[in-house]
Amino acid sequence: MKPRPFDYLRPDTVEEALAALAEYGDDARILAGGQSLVPMLNLRLVEAAALIDISQIAALDVIRDFGEAIEIGAAVTQNKLLVWPQLAQKLPFLAAALPYVGHFQTRNKGTVCGSIAHADPSSELPLALALLGGEVVLKSQRGERVLAAQDFHKDMLTTTRVADEMITAVRFPAANSAANGEGRGIAFREVARRHGDFAIIAVAALVEDKNTVRLGVGGMSGRPMVRRIASGKTADAIGEVIADWADELEGYEDLHASAAMRRDLFRNLGPRVIEEAMR
Amino acid sequence: MRRHKRSERVRVSLNLNGRKLAAAAEPRTLLCDFLRYALGATGTHVGCEHGVCGACTVLIDGVATRSCLTLAVQAEGREVKTVESLAGADGALNPLQQAFRDNHALQCGFCTPGILMSFTDYLARNPHASEAEIRDVLSGHLCRCTGYAGIVAAIKQAARK
Amino acid sequence: MTGQLGKSTGKPILRKEDPALLSGRGRYADDLPIPTGTLHAHVIRSPHAFAEIVRINAGKARAQDGVWAVITGEDVRKLSDPFMAAVKTLVQQWTLAVERVRYVGEPVALVVAESRYLAEDAAELVTVDYKPLDPVIDPLEACKSSAPLLHPQTRTNEISVREFRYGDPAGAFARADRRIAMTVPFPRLSFTPIECYVVVAQHNPAENSYDVLANFQGPFSMHPVMARALRVAGPKLRLRIPPDSGGSFGIKLSVFPYIVLIALAARITGRPVKWTEDRIEHLVAASSGPNRVTQIEAAVNKDGRILGLRLDQLEDYGAFLRAPMPGPLYRMHGAVTGAYDIENVEVKNRVVLTNKMPASLIRGFGGPQLYLALERLMHRIAVELKLDPLDVIRRNLIPAQKFPYRTAAGALYDSGDYARALDIALGDGRLADLKRRREQARAHGRIYGIGFAAVVEPAMSNMGYLSTLMTAQAREKAGPKNGAVSMARVTIDPLGAITVTADVTVQGQSHETVLAQIVAAELGLSPEEIEVVLELDTAKDQWSIAAGTYSSRFASGTAVAAHMAAVQMRDKLKAVGAKQLNILPDDVELAGGKIRSRSNPDNALPFGRVAGTSHWSPVMLPESMAPALSETAVWTPPELEPPASDDRINTSLTYGFIFDMCGIEIDPVTYQVRVDRYVSMHDAGRIMNPMIAEGQIRGAFVQGIAAALYEEFTYNEEGAFLSGTFADYLVPTVAEVPEVEILHYASPSPFTPLGAKGLAEGNCMSTPAAIANAIADALGAKEIILPATPRRIHALMQKASA
Repeated sequence: MKPRPFDYLRPDTVEEALAALAEYGDDARILAGGQSLVPMLNLRLVEAAALIDISQIAALDVIRDFGEAIEIGAAVTQNKLLVWPQLAQKLPFLAAALPYVGHFQTRNKGTVCGSIAHADPSSELPLALALLGGEVVLKSQRGERVLAAQDFHKDMLTTTRVADEMITAVRFPAANSAANGEGRGIAFREVARRHGDFAIIAVAALVEDKNTVRLGVGGMSGRPMVRRIASGKTADAIGEVIADWADELEGYEDLHASAAMRRDLFRNLGPRVIEEAMR
Repeated sequence: MRRHKRSERVRVSLNLNGRKLAAAAEPRTLLCDFLRYALGATGTHVGCEHGVCGACTVLIDGVATRSCLTLAVQAEGREVKTVESLAGADGALNPLQQAFRDNHALQCGFCTPGILMSFTDYLARNPHASEAEIRDVLSGHLCRCTGYAGIVAAIKQAARK
Repeated sequence: MTGQLGKSTGKPILRKEDPALLSGRGRYADDLPIPTGTLHAHVIRSPHAFAEIVRINAGKARAQDGVWAVITGEDVRKLSDPFMAAVKTLVQQWTLAVERVRYVGEPVALVVAESRYLAEDAAELVTVDYKPLDPVIDPLEACKSSAPLLHPQTRTNEISVREFRYGDPAGAFARADRRIAMTVPFPRLSFTPIECYVVVAQHNPAENSYDVLANFQGPFSMHPVMARALRVAGPKLRLRIPPDSGGSFGIKLSVFPYIVLIALAARITGRPVKWTEDRIEHLVAASSGPNRVTQIEAAVNKDGRILGLRLDQLEDYGAFLRAPMPGPLYRMHGAVTGAYDIENVEVKNRVVLTNKMPASLIRGFGGPQLYLALERLMHRIAVELKLDPLDVIRRNLIPAQKFPYRTAAGALYDSGDYARALDIALGDGRLADLKRRREQARAHGRIYGIGFAAVVEPAMSNMGYLSTLMTAQAREKAGPKNGAVSMARVTIDPLGAITVTADVTVQGQSHETVLAQIVAAELGLSPEEIEVVLELDTAKDQWSIAAGTYSSRFASGTAVAAHMAAVQMRDKLKAVGAKQLNILPDDVELAGGKIRSRSNPDNALPFGRVAGTSHWSPVMLPESMAPALSETAVWTPPELEPPASDDRINTSLTYGFIFDMCGIEIDPVTYQVRVDRYVSMHDAGRIMNPMIAEGQIRGAFVQGIAAALYEEFTYNEEGAFLSGTFADYLVPTVAEVPEVEILHYASPSPFTPLGAKGLAEGNCMSTPAAIANAIADALGAKEIILPATPRRIHALMQKASA
């Protein structure tokens, strides 16, 4: 299928991009990697009077190490981050999760911020943002706002970005930073029908300290959910806590899984992911 | 800032397989359609138009990219390489192509150009790729004919060289 | 005869097709040049599963710049006749919906414009007023008298019911120790080639003739169906097939309604019209294998010997029964007892229509549906009688000494030694290894199962098989239908170069290479020197209704014809050469590019010189010999007789044998099925090219895994189609494909001069059954619904623990 007609703009600077957004407002879409957007345009599932192509804005194609946090610009592709030499050391969770994001070919163009903006409920990067306590930097001609994950991701494919705003970067706390606690233990598992598919559920754990693990899950509700779990308890007790949380979240039904199956997947995987993170 | 109205006929100029070419396109024209119909490079095939099957994969500045998810205007000024760039001037198959032939890695051949271009990129980055790495990259392509075994064997052969 | 063949067949030579395909120089339908002024079409499709078409409002669309036409069902009804179908019913189908829509995705209107992009824009301006009706989706529901009627002219959706009885099934069931029954559904899926349909049509008003290029793949029995629909005589519909196509797997039969549609569009607009199907359309409306519900019952003795078999096969063909359906229900008919020696059989075949896309041929062609039922039953017999499944299989296998074996329903199995093939597959420690894996897994509390499947793979259809659908009296009135014609031609050019044409189309099975091998072997040349041209053109090539590539007809059909034509040419050239070498024809041999005396090899001439004689100096030909410019062979195997008056029918020419065994493990954490070990034994008679054979088997294996674990066309109760993109319809990638160990055993077919049997569909038939049996073994479950998705495994495990 072929997309509907649209105007095409390719700003060279962030300022130009924001001016274009102010001009078109809700009718424009930001085109970064296009791996999520262009299929929807081809299938005529979304409207776009204009595409604002930010993929060539040099200022956005940067990974910045601020010590406590790593900032990833909106034009940085997933593969560019995957080969960043500091990734394993500074963002070990992303090092574990990124290979599951799509395929080599889509990661060549798909961006880290683009995936976060797309807000698929089970996808890995929004889960990473929630688990690590990251932030989204939004800019418009009116100024800048920085939102925490849970203030940005609201529901399935729904964020609090307003029409004249664009994501210019996301920030993740670095592994050795205070925000992430002492431990570096991380674990990630997802269940998908095929390699590279959107996950049915994705479960992630981050050890905060001897007694606390942060557990995150995507694919149980409209957005990733994170809770602290007391890890000093028995395996059975941890299992019960997770089982209760699964019931609370309920899960949802789609072509590939029933809500009941999602709950069971979470009950099965949650304890295992915690155990792996703690090893 | 480059800007084109939807009804504009944009002159898109790019370097295709070593030759500078240009033709007209709308802003919404997909790169795969531009390559095939405007530039006559029909070696790149279209299988799904939503980025899953991989048949349309080309190289843009050396990077494997789904041409069905790329606009022609985005290729302006870039170096685009398609399957037609692989063989020698006399038609001699390059080592990757020859490995495909040696290992019966194609039957109908429709998905093949995209796979060749994916691995032209990947093997340039990782010349001695392991089987696991090959399978991981190959999972971004759908093939209905071969069952994939011949393709894996072919790429392993090319990676060993 | 086969000795000559061994010279270059039976060896894995490189393919002739590859250099062009690898260099992006394939010539697929969408690549070929089109006339200037060609317009582009886009199909508007129904969003409803069942509805009346109240009104189509196309005014705004037609007024758009660049839009030439918006064609509707009413236009089509005026200009064309409904399609002929195999079953005589009052159901009428045109190429666009007329009065009603009956499945989501059904073509409702066609926009023709200067570009595909424009046509899609204009399509969004067309509004259709529908009055939705209650659809019926489930085949069992559709059989009820309370179900909505798909076609008001029929009294029921169950439009064909036929019963067959062979031997004495009542007696067998009466005297058996036990009766074991199951209901086995088979899902709806397709094998979605990566290239979709393409049609380019032109109309010549002076002659009222059509010229169409399309990646249609046969059978060409559909040609008269298309011509009749267009209201022209056959020669006025020139159908040309491009040199390459991106796979078919039976699915590119169903491009035929679109050929008629685009041809009409060319006539209406007065311009050539091109249509390229996209993936979204292909998934919702191109074609699908039929889903089936089989009630199967065996009359067995305590030792597992089957005395009688009963099948009730309810097959769901969607909204219309298009020709040549219900093929899958009858193609296997002669082989309905599979690999087993069962004399007493009762079969009831029922065809039902529902509000889903019309089903048609896909690879496997009725075999997957039959064997899932039969092999699940074999496993179930073992479970209920507390026997080893292998003992049950062995006890019932057709013994080697009975070949050629006539089955109860009339198939003539050409050759086989099933027990021996089994022993080889189980040997070398393979079965022991599988059992050990299961034992160890279970000892550690893991969920592991072993499954088997024994399958007879028919190839090269007897074109009369579909007439079994009619009663004997009706067949008598209509006249006998039978046989299968394969044709090939070997031609010599002035310099002695050889060209081969044949009645197959290209889909990737390496026909070009194999035909070159076969002809080269007879003429003493190398395959590189043989030119093979397979761009079928109904106006200029020889073809019959059997032409095309489907039903694995190449190895047992066209390859044989090519061999015959090559032998004919060889013998003529021997006569020509004998005269020029001044020796007797018996002493002539063709070898190494020369024609020479066998007893005195120095007495030789270059092949090209002798071969060119017919062009340059026909006076030098032996007396009474016509110039040897071109030799055509037509191969009609005598074994393919029409159905007998007692409804016995030899549905295919050759019958291969496959025995699969596998071990699977179910992950209780993720509910995923992992194939731990898979062995597949194939007896396909004589293998012409081992490399190509293995490629075909591996391709079919992945499609079998897909049917077992991944692919399904899902509809909800309202008939909405839920598998609409490649993100929803799950084609396996390399990561989903388990390793398979392929073994071979050869019992050559005595019915084909090459001894080869068609192979290529086998694992589509065997793999779903083997995996289903392994899952049944792992979970101790009876009802295994395929595909065995994690969702279904989860539900099974929940039920079991409840």
